[in-house]
Amino acid sequence: MTRLLVGPFNRVEGDLEVTLEIADGRVASAHVNAPMYRGFEQILNGKAPHDALVIVPRICGICSVSQSVASARALADLGGIEMPPNGQHVTNVILATENLADHLTHFYLFFMPDFTRPVYAAQPWHAEAQRRFAPQTGDQVRAAIAARQRWFELLGTLAGKWPHTQSLEPGGSTRPVEASERTRLLARVREFRGFLERELFAAKLEAVGALSSEAELQAWHAQDPTRGDFRLFLTIARDAGLAALGPGPGRYLSYGAYPQPGGRHAFAPGVWHAASNALRVLDAAAIREDATHAWLSDAGGARHPATGVTLPDPDKPGAYTWSKAPRLAGEVVETGAIARQLAAAHQLVRDAVARHGGTVYTRVLARLLELALVVPRMEQWLQQLVVNDAYCASEALPDEGTGVGLSEAARGSLGHWVQTERGRIVSYQIVAPTTWNFSPRDSAGTPGALEQALVGTPVREGETTPVAVQHVVRSFDPCMVCTVH
Amino acid sequence: MMAEIEGMGSALNVLWLQSGGCGGCSMSLLCADTTDFHGQLRDAGINLLWHPSLSLASGAEVSEMLDAVLDDRLRVDALCVEGSLLRGPNGTGRFHVLAGTGLPMIEWVRRLAAKARHVVAIGSCAAWGGITAGGENPTDACGLQYDDDRPGGLLGAAFRSGSGLPVINVAGCPTHPGWVIDTLMALAADTMHLADLDTLARPRFYADQLVHHGCTRNEYYEFKASAEKPSDLGCMMEHMGCKGTQAHADCNTRLWNGEGSCTRGGYACISCTEPGFQEPGHPFHRTPKIAGIPIGLPTDMPKAWFVALASLSKSATPRRVKLNATADHVIVAPAARKTWIK
Repeated sequence: MTRLLVGPFNRVEGDLEVTLEIADGRVASAHVNAPMYRGFEQILNGKAPHDALVIVPRICGICSVSQSVASARALADLGGIEMPPNGQHVTNVILATENLADHLTHFYLFFMPDFTRPVYAAQPWHAEAQRRFAPQTGDQVRAAIAARQRWFELLGTLAGKWPHTQSLEPGGSTRPVEASERTRLLARVREFRGFLERELFAAKLEAVGALSSEAELQAWHAQDPTRGDFRLFLTIARDAGLAALGPGPGRYLSYGAYPQPGGRHAFAPGVWHAASNALRVLDAAAIREDATHAWLSDAGGARHPATGVTLPDPDKPGAYTWSKAPRLAGEVVETGAIARQLAAAHQLVRDAVARHGGTVYTRVLARLLELALVVPRMEQWLQQLVVNDAYCASEALPDEGTGVGLSEAARGSLGHWVQTERGRIVSYQIVAPTTWNFSPRDSAGTPGALEQALVGTPVREGETTPVAVQHVVRSFDPCMVCTVH
Repeated sequence: MMAEIEGMGSALNVLWLQSGGCGGCSMSLLCADTTDFHGQLRDAGINLLWHPSLSLASGAEVSEMLDAVLDDRLRVDALCVEGSLLRGPNGTGRFHVLAGTGLPMIEWVRRLAAKARHVVAIGSCAAWGGITAGGENPTDACGLQYDDDRPGGLLGAAFRSGSGLPVINVAGCPTHPGWVIDTLMALAADTMHLADLDTLARPRFYADQLVHHGCTRNEYYEFKASAEKPSDLGCMMEHMGCKGTQAHADCNTRLWNGEGSCTRGGYACISCTEPGFQEPGHPFHRTPKIAGIPIGLPTDMPKAWFVALASLSKSATPRRVKLNATADHVIVAPAARKTWIK
């Protein structure tokens, strides 16, 4: 048994360290450390509740809007505020813009570059991977950054800027849209659709979104296995065995994404249990955060976030990360695009997960599929704006009360729990997607989702930063600044 | 790989590190207005030695590179630090230990800053402490050379990098991609000198402007026709907490993400380029007032004049401007009149 300390881990958001025990060329156990603590939950204490809308987006520069949306929803819950339909649609378009940009950034900038490494030099696809995905020089890396830059101009118009907008209010959006602006926004969405249909999929988004089984996907792939970056990924995934790499816990959490006027979600909430092939109802009351192995006070044991506490205890014995360990009804769950599409009953994702489990391949597949599924919905939401109707309900927040805001960020389920007294925040707790995925062991000693997924990962002779470990870690698209906040 | 880096010859070698922030300044940087982000940097003579989001090197490869810098085997021309420096708990820096190294980030930054020709604070966290230093500042966060508006910070008021300049504060939350690119290009061209920095060591090319300049709500400002609630079109200074008339930045002339700015997005400027902006002493979205008059008056404007002009302009407000100010769409359009002389 040898021990390997891996870090600094780049091409993830924030800082990450992984300690591996290795035996017989495989990872025998893993400990995941989120090595930075900033104390946002402490900073929020004592603030006017509306100030959260300035502070929480700054938890994370890549999930900034997601944090704003969850906070606005928690404050709306606190105040019993309902958004007008226009506010709901604009909020969804803004959130979708960020979520899809994150999927694009993950694929082109964070995940695919690892296949350009010399370790893969003998593979038949390596030269093509280098041409497309070499950091800073790859043709598709550069094209994706340009497409992303144009894409985020949607938020220049709709949200003033990205990241760190304050346009997202409990009552809707501060930025009304004129009819001529909607025309321009739709044209901008079509421009991104063009990039995806030309470069990523080499196919219509609707055709990709309609793929309903692994067999259909493989048949479509076989037509032209390197045309478009998605099909090159499928080629590499098959050759590199990504479908068997990094299996997660088999339970998947989604709070439901993009609520529509009337209350339904574009992607329904739920907890998917792969072993029983069943979708269970989400019970947010069953969430607990366990701080046994965090450098944080764990007085009182595991707590529901509504009564959660975040207090540093840097010398605590047995602790190895700043991250708490959230559990749902005592169980480790995985969250992200894969969970969202399992809960939303996308047939291809359900079929792929039934065959392979939640692995490096199926996580990336679900993410790319969302690019195809969400862009057409954004076009619909923009069309549904009634331009001269209201965008924002403005009602005062009560001095005392509680609120919960559940949302889906690119990386999965994000929850905010707020409590106010005498017009001030007295408790604010955040459980972020990567808190779920990269949690440490809990009081029972059960490892978190990544810690489980890394077990069995192959380590090549002489590797100090094993490439397969990097694939598994990055397949979750971790956001470490959100994890601990 | 190391040979490749050293082979870059005279290019400006940029090493980018992140600590107690959100990574948002890097994400903002990628929104730079160009069709070829990496090509633009390269053509300007800028070589990214390593960036947390943009480089292949990970783990041991990175530690080796940092060691090469400390051993003078690798030259760093611009050390860019994003995020505040976390001195706690109790001065140990353990709130951020750089992964894989066992060494607190504040120690890495101290050592690397001593080797760099220029040190650049990317964003308000690295410049002053920023949002991370908010509330009771649980992590004892500070900027590279400032603690809010007090000189000092991690490196101390007397610190000068190899070039003789203090830390260059490209403040903003996030910072504008253009501010970063223009700064790096000026450093690559060797055209940024002490006289090009303002009294807070911010590049003057953006810090000598006010957010008010180019604000699309200027007609409402002129007539003190004020917004009263989110999504209203009127001026946000009187009620909504807007500090655009005092905030140093060119946000309304050098726009964000195409055609954006905070005020164009319908919300207040919170003066995020200013040290200490995170603790304004009042709720961000409400203007603090004494006897109905905003405490924060436009920069360089005598209070008596402001009061006199405000009451005069309020009484002269056209009906159109008054009605539109509290609506979310233009409800009275400007009358069509001829502007030429018969």
